[in-house]
Amino acid sequence: MTGNIFDFSERDGDATLERLHDRLTAAAETAGLLDVAYRTLETPVGTLLLAATPVGLVRVAFDVEGHDAVLNRLADTLSPRILRSPARLDTAAHQIDEYFAKRRTDFDVPVDLSLTDGFRRSVIQHLCDISYGTRESYAQVAAAVGHPRAMRAVGTACAHNPLPVVIPCHRVVRSDGSTGQYVGGAGAKSALLELEAA
Amino acid sequence: MKVRPFEDVVTRHGATVLRVCRAVVGPIDAEDAWSETFLSALRAYPDLPTDANVEAWLVTIAHRRALDVARARSRRPIPTDTLPERADPDADPAARDPDLWAALQRLPDKQRHAVAYHHLAGLPFAEIAVILGNSPTAARRAAADGIKTLRKHWKGDERS
Repeated sequence: MTGNIFDFSERDGDATLERLHDRLTAAAETAGLLDVAYRTLETPVGTLLLAATPVGLVRVAFDVEGHDAVLNRLADTLSPRILRSPARLDTAAHQIDEYFAKRRTDFDVPVDLSLTDGFRRSVIQHLCDISYGTRESYAQVAAAVGHPRAMRAVGTACAHNPLPVVIPCHRVVRSDGSTGQYVGGAGAKSALLELEAA
Repeated sequence: MKVRPFEDVVTRHGATVLRVCRAVVGPIDAEDAWSETFLSALRAYPDLPTDANVEAWLVTIAHRRALDVARARSRRPIPTDTLPERADPDADPAARDPDLWAALQRLPDKQRHAVAYHHLAGLPFAEIAVILGNSPTAARRAAADGIKTLRKHWKGDERS
């Protein structure tokens, strides 16, 4: 007669909770309460985190950035109404799969650039014009956005690209031809450049 | 302290809230109560103070939803010739231990609520008193009386 008579119920079915979770995300979407939906995607450059607002894709993050840390920052800067909800990211995930399978050279998904502004945003917007398989130097990008001496700031803007892979900051390299740094690690940058060159 | 993504709240407290809902409204209405609880919580989440006790907050919402569900149930006809779908016995403690969940449903409301919020959600009686609108002493007594009745009527307690 000792002990908690509810001990048997400590383990609830994961399947039930998964089903309830799906039901919650669907209801949240319908009610306009799903401010940020996210999912992960396995790719040749590691597991990517994809997050979208109702406006569009708002964040792509590499493993090395720490997905939990990225989500915590999104809760802080955008909204804490964040749920794992793959449906909103189906198109983006599908296109990224196609990109890595060499069946796609540019992305056609709505994006939400609200995580970037000012000079960095003008750099990010210029990056969208660098075509698949081509490269620009930090100096060329600086000149293109009208601040030819702001090479270091261009590097910082690329490092803070909220949508790496989809917005191709990996196509910006050093003037000497070396790849330079990358938010996903130098290895990931080389892998993307080699993929596009092959 | 910064606010965490709501997904963390569902992951951390989803199972507990489901058990509380089963205890309070019964296994049939529990999933509706769970869904309404978390949707209400999601709506209010940005305004939740960062130092709030999230579990107590969720149980408070679940309590209100449970009262709504109970009111709705009292208005709708009670089916006599249909049985609820049988869930996966491994997934649903209610299916494994129907006697206990049925016994819970026969307890007076205050006792059932106090038992659920203390023994399933692990809330202190001071918090439960706020939810039930009584005193911590009364909440403690209701939980103790509830457990006593359950032990008397629930055959399953003789096992193990």
